[in-house]
Amino acid sequence: MTISITGLTKSFDATQVLRGIDLKVEDGELLALLGPSGSGKTTLLRIIAGLEWPDAGQLVVAGQDWLALPAQKRRIGFVFQHYALFPHMTVRDNIAFGLTVRPRSERPAPAQIDATVDNLLNLLQIPHLADRFPGQLSGGQRQRVALGRALAIQPAVLLLDEPFGALDAAIRRDLRRWLREVHEKTGSTTIFVTHDQEEAFELADRVVVMGDGQISQIGTADEIHDHPASAFVAQFMGASITLPVTLRGGRAEAPGLDARELMTCAEADGPGQLHLRPDSIALESDPASPWVLTRKDSNGTDLRLVLTGPDDSQIDVDLPRRGAPALVVGGHFRLRPLWGAMFSDAGPVAPAAPIRLSA
Amino acid sequence: MTRQSRLLPRLLIAIAVLSTLVMVVAPLFYIFAAAFAQGWRAYVQNIMDPLTLHAIWLTVLVALIVVPLNIVFGVAAAWLIARFRFPGRSLLVTAIEIPFSISPIIAGICYLLLYGRQGFLGPWLEAHDIQILFALPGIVLVTLFVTSPFVAREVLPLMQAQGSEQEEAAVTLGASGWQIFRRVTLPNIRWALLYGAVLCTARAVGEFGGVSVVSGSIRGQTNTLPLHVELLFNDLNVAGAFAAASTLTLIAVVTLLLKAVLEGRAR
Ligand SMILES: Nc1ncnc2c1ncn2[C@@H]1O[C@H](COP(=O)(O)OP(=O)(O)OP(=O)(O)O)[C@@H](O)[C@H]1O
Ligand SMILES: [Mg+2]
Repeated sequence: MTISITGLTKSFDATQVLRGIDLKVEDGELLALLGPSGSGKTTLLRIIAGLEWPDAGQLVVAGQDWLALPAQKRRIGFVFQHYALFPHMTVRDNIAFGLTVRPRSERPAPAQIDATVDNLLNLLQIPHLADRFPGQLSGGQRQRVALGRALAIQPAVLLLDEPFGALDAAIRRDLRRWLREVHEKTGSTTIFVTHDQEEAFELADRVVVMGDGQISQIGTADEIHDHPASAFVAQFMGASITLPVTLRGGRAEAPGLDARELMTCAEADGPGQLHLRPDSIALESDPASPWVLTRKDSNGTDLRLVLTGPDDSQIDVDLPRRGAPALVVGGHFRLRPLWGAMFSDAGPVAPAAPIRLSA
Repeated sequence: MTRQSRLLPRLLIAIAVLSTLVMVVAPLFYIFAAAFAQGWRAYVQNIMDPLTLHAIWLTVLVALIVVPLNIVFGVAAAWLIARFRFPGRSLLVTAIEIPFSISPIIAGICYLLLYGRQGFLGPWLEAHDIQILFALPGIVLVTLFVTSPFVAREVLPLMQAQGSEQEEAAVTLGASGWQIFRRVTLPNIRWALLYGAVLCTARAVGEFGGVSVVSGSIRGQTNTLPLHVELLFNDLNVAGAFAAASTLTLIAVVTLLLKAVLEGRAR
């Protein structure tokens, strides 16, 4: 089912949580909503599910106006962050719930419900847990049951709110791969919320980056990584360093900066900002550079360096410990970034074009 | 540990045990001892007294009317408060507590002033030949008022703690409002609900102050068990009073045991 969202806005009391969302999701797509806390991801998901209503805008799914439809009629599979399983029902009854509450005329026969549940239990790889209660399951197992319960009604759209948020890193990686497989088998249009960019990029066909109630960028993992559309996206991608630079001919210039490795950008000449990640900067000894190494720590695998530059500004640089050049505290170094995003204070060169960077 | 610090806890425990014995256990024993003082036969005779039997029946009837009503309204109020934001919500929260903070006798007098012959609604009721005071409706109304917080108070914190996610999950799975209530909400609150109902029953059966104002204590008509105990006592029929009191005590002890069991289940 294709989902088409236009001009969606939503306020809670005085705070505007969604400020005009436009989004098209293709049939069978696996889409990630990525963004910092409070950016409105859950709210958008809840509006699609029918648990919340927008102030303005349209929500059309497979040609049907969903804002005219109550949640019960939308055939949504919604997986809550904290699972929201029914604690007094067994795993089997939890999964069957959506089928057993159907009106008698549409309800499958008990034997058929049993068969559906058995199929799902196998797909979820938890057939041995069928008769347990949610209280007797681990977090990852509960997550599977929650997904099974949502899939049982053969949802038109599957919505997952931080499905792996409460689990530890190893299980997250397992479940991620497994969710991908389940998605390939069921083929349902799926949107999941996360604020873990690794998870979003690894799992999704396309990623929607949200910031402050708006969509900042939509694209594949590579597109967003290579061409962040704004300083916000660049910063959200881990570019925690912002350097004031002068842009000339699409190149950044600043004392002690060697930006040769970066591709040129389509930004106007003049003052601008260069956004860098601490882990993609190389250092070269250069007595003429204003950047001085003022601190050096190690966490075993990486060296954590602090350099102090013009106007006492400080930046962090992380280098792998092995193969690092001899670095002496007090030495002068030139910064040679391997990845970065530049934005001119005057905006892009018209017409707007994506900036270009090296990978 | 010093000698002194070991002495203090023992002293406190001793005081607690002693005061429980003096204030709770001894009177309980005494009730039954006095009730059976003249032997089994006399006890049974006292209980089988038609006026006592009527008082028992009336008390049970009041509880049978009041408790189900309180369950329905208590759950409805708790659900409203826990799940919705609306103007007047905090007022409702306060209103639920009012019967706890008002002496039952005040409630009785309020009803007297409202429904009495000289009261606000009195003339209208009299013109339509509706009897509220000194009859079953008055007793039920006052008991309802006095016991109304119990169910809501037990259920509300649980509903608030559980939040609405399970119900929202049920909505997305296509369940109707009634299905959600019966299959998701109710099972989650069942022990708290039963616990509230037990407390409510205990109070409905034992209520004295408010009921004594509006019932008129007409023997064989509007005399509930607690009122009956007092009347017998005033008649200097001590054995009869204790016999009636023993049934009341028995009901209380059974509810208490039930409560203890339910508390265990609710955890
Ligand atoms: N029911 C509500 N009433 C009032 N404000 C709300 C409500 N729900 C959400 N908000 C506000 O809306 C904003 C966006 O919330 P939302 O839950 O959509 O963010 P999110 O992107 O999912 O964040 P997170 O990653 O922390 O889950 C927040 O500032 C939040 O305080
Ligand atoms: Mg959220």
